[in-house]
Amino acid sequence: MTGAGTWSIAEDDHRKITEHLAALLQESQARCALVVDRTGQMLANAGDALKFDPAAFASLTAADFSANDQLAKMIGEPEFASLFHQGEKESMYLADVARRAILVVLFDQRTTVGMVRLKVKQTVTDLSRVFEEMFGRASQGGGAKAPGLLEGAEDEIDKLFGD
Amino acid sequence: MSMINYASREINCKLVYYGPGLGGKTTNLEHVYTKVAPDQRGKMVSLATETERTLFFDFLPVDLGTIRGFKTRFHLYTVPGQVYYNASRKLILKGVDGVVFVADSQVERMEANVEAMQNLYDNMAQYGYDLTKVPFLIQYNKRDLPNAAPIKDLQAQLNPGWPVEDPAKQKPAPDPWHAGESLVFQQDGAWVERAPYFEAVAVTGEGVFETLKAVAKLVLITLG
Repeated sequence: MTGAGTWSIAEDDHRKITEHLAALLQESQARCALVVDRTGQMLANAGDALKFDPAAFASLTAADFSANDQLAKMIGEPEFASLFHQGEKESMYLADVARRAILVVLFDQRTTVGMVRLKVKQTVTDLSRVFEEMFGRASQGGGAKAPGLLEGAEDEIDKLFGD
Repeated sequence: MSMINYASREINCKLVYYGPGLGGKTTNLEHVYTKVAPDQRGKMVSLATETERTLFFDFLPVDLGTIRGFKTRFHLYTVPGQVYYNASRKLILKGVDGVVFVADSQVERMEANVEAMQNLYDNMAQYGYDLTKVPFLIQYNKRDLPNAAPIKDLQAQLNPGWPVEDPAKQKPAPDPWHAGESLVFQQDGAWVERAPYFEAVAVTGEGVFETLKAVAKLVLITLG
């Protein structure tokens, strides 16, 4: 491998992810759920409208998870598969999805961390399947790999960066 | 790792500004933040110490325009330059699509530049990334200072070039940003490639957008 590579998320994959998030919210009574990739990009969200900058939130989530991964290794654990941040009114539960993404659930006093943790387990299994399929297709040369979207777009790229 | 989202019609790419402490990485991002229209950039996040030294990273998302109906969104990150923070510095490189090395041109900082460059190669290698194959360029910052080293010396120390092994690439390639200079050339009978470089004074903004545009363009070309 020479670089980080490229992948893409198809509309159908995006729809499946959003459906799993919506099901989780319904069962757990959480406020909203987001999926962020390990490099800090927001992939999907469901539930209450976000009142914060989603890009900033996603980058901090990935950094939070990465830093905790390293802390886990220092104490002899392969990883922390989930993290819980408790606030006075709002709390966050974060869970690893197939080492590819992070599921973030925001919830308040309408539910409990126990309930969220319980329901997240099923969602992680469902989302892991979606991601494994996406990346499985990528390794076979189709699906999640970028299908040369910008092939032959040099002129457009030149124009974009021309002064 | 660049990501093409067909649902939101966005191309997301990650750029990392790397380099020695106090070299001007955060200043580059601050300049971009102040000059780009608010509807084309997001919030700037800085995880810094009380003395404004970067502790973990700075982050700024910027939209650079639309290609083939997809918004090109670049996530700019800086790393903490201080040697002490290598653990967090390495984390930021995960999934990087393009790297800008911000060198401090001052003669006294040459050793720190060389050390940071070596550290960049090492940390990239630990992820299995090859710095000679990913979009990578060098910005020589602080060109306005009286103690700035000549470009020739900085190039010799920080950008001596790497051997070109692919016979298809063994041909002269002019440097599109510097007339009369080359990015691929022959040296003592061997083919060598250098990273593109830019001169900058990040505090006044000179060279900041030229650097950003160049690296963003290199990243988009590799996507094609």
